[in-house]
Amino acid sequence: MENIATSASHLRSEDVNVWFGERHVLKNVSLNFPSNQVTALIGPSGCGKSTFLRTLNRMHELIPSAGFAGKVLLDGHDIYDHDVDPVDVRLNIGMVFQKPNPFPTMSIRENVLSGLKLTGRRGYNASELVETSLRRASIWNEVKDRLNDPALSLSGGQQQRLCIARSLAMDPEVLLMDEPCSALDPGSTRRIEETITELSDSMTIVIVTHNMQQAQRVSHQTAFFLAEEGNPGRVVEFGKTDDVFNSPIDPRTNDYVNGHFG
Amino acid sequence: MSDIQDVTAEVPARRQLRTKPFSLADRLFYGITKSASSISVILVVAILLFLLSQSFSTFQTQGFDFITGSQWNNAKGHEVFQIGPMLWGSVLISILGIIGGVPMAIAAAYFIEFMAPKSVAKVATVLVDLLAAMPSIVIGLWGLYVLTPVVAHWGSLLYGLHHVGIGPVSFDIPLFAMSDGSDPSTFGGSPFIAGWIVAVMIVPIITSVTREIFSQMDRDLINSALALGGSRSSVFMRVILPTASGGVTGGVLLGLGRALGETVAIFYVLNLVSDINWFNILQSKGGSVASLVLQKFGEGTPNEIKALMAAGLVLFVLTLLVNWLAAVIVNRAQPWRKL
Repeated sequence: MENIATSASHLRSEDVNVWFGERHVLKNVSLNFPSNQVTALIGPSGCGKSTFLRTLNRMHELIPSAGFAGKVLLDGHDIYDHDVDPVDVRLNIGMVFQKPNPFPTMSIRENVLSGLKLTGRRGYNASELVETSLRRASIWNEVKDRLNDPALSLSGGQQQRLCIARSLAMDPEVLLMDEPCSALDPGSTRRIEETITELSDSMTIVIVTHNMQQAQRVSHQTAFFLAEEGNPGRVVEFGKTDDVFNSPIDPRTNDYVNGHFG
Repeated sequence: MSDIQDVTAEVPARRQLRTKPFSLADRLFYGITKSASSISVILVVAILLFLLSQSFSTFQTQGFDFITGSQWNNAKGHEVFQIGPMLWGSVLISILGIIGGVPMAIAAAYFIEFMAPKSVAKVATVLVDLLAAMPSIVIGLWGLYVLTPVVAHWGSLLYGLHHVGIGPVSFDIPLFAMSDGSDPSTFGGSPFIAGWIVAVMIVPIITSVTREIFSQMDRDLINSALALGGSRSSVFMRVILPTASGGVTGGVLLGLGRALGETVAIFYVLNLVSDINWFNILQSKGGSVASLVLQKFGEGTPNEIKALMAAGLVLFVLTLLVNWLAAVIVNRAQPWRKL
């Protein structure tokens, strides 16, 4: 496996293993996520890539039967250390989910500020923060005249960008995205991809996707996950996106990226 | 070769579309569901008409005082039938039951749905549903023999608060006082106890409905709130509860329906007195329309029975009003539902 991390590694996983009950679902995943790079996690359904994504901000442990081994290092500090509050981890590592899910009872503006309300923050400039966050998620121009409208009055693609803005308002260093475009039409997908590219200037992004073209369009590096019959999921190949797609080393990677299975 | 469609031709006449089922089986099914839903409407209307016809003479002789007055006398020639204390008593007990029961029910539903291990959640769900199926006479007897002494103890502690003095500052909490200097050593038969009985009875219903609403919530909605760094309690207060509020209100209403109409259990624990008790909840004096009917019906005079029918009608209308009001509140509280 080629080591492509040239800049200082921001987020790193070391031998991450996951169990659900007795079932071993992920084995020894070690990946580097350098600053200002977008990393795509690809692989067939059930290979553990979404599960792996959730270990990166400790959402994984919310499932009662979940087990974990290994390390996840943010700037060299293990986020699974005993004295680390998972809530603090999630403040630094934001997450966007598969289906757009703005809080239905809140307005557009309230959604952007929801993280600050949930964590009981004070002393921020609300209107400034709302504008910057919505601008960074490239949705400001579409909603600036109706910030007090219900969030559900937006289209699916706009809702997803609002969810991105909601995460950005907390100013995370890393943004995790779990198939953020799988419920969206091609036009909305393209806009989200543009947003991802812009955001990568200022943060580390990890994105799970089923869309091979999307992985090639937005990511700098790609990890191919695979769970073979009865075995836990693992990373088969990891490297620069160009290499993984155009000159894969493992034949299984070659088969997958060329659409032969999955 | 593809073709360009010609759309300039005349539009054909609109055709009749069939909206009713076609096959015999479907028509039969349609008929059964339709008549089943009609029956419930017909029953409600029939009951309403029956009560109206029976209670008409009472409203004629008693006038509006039937609802506001506080006297009850079935002696021939001196007949006065007024249900003011009973009506207010029903409302007061329901309010107390809701205050006591709703937080308990919501907390239980949250625990079962979001915190308990699966095995515990299963057992707890069954037990809660079993509590809902408990006959009210059983709860009434349990209330009389078990709950009354316990609540009386707490009542005596609360009574201690009816006059609080710290140094030069002193103030009264009239809620916990007695209106007439009656013996404060016993706290049995009070609306306070009846309220707790009602709370015990409505907790399973509200828990059941609330748990169902919680279980249907989008898990990723809750997860995104947690991913933003929310704590369990802030996510509950700011996301789960507001999103579920409509359904939870529905559950509370079902409970309120039972609370307002509860008869036997309250009859056992409450001292029914035809003298209005506005808010002295610890006093051994209260009212309940449904329990009044139970108390008087067996040996009622013909006119008295008609008055009891009228009381039933008033309770019926009150319940309808509460339901309508709640529907309005739920709609107002959730403008996003209409999107």
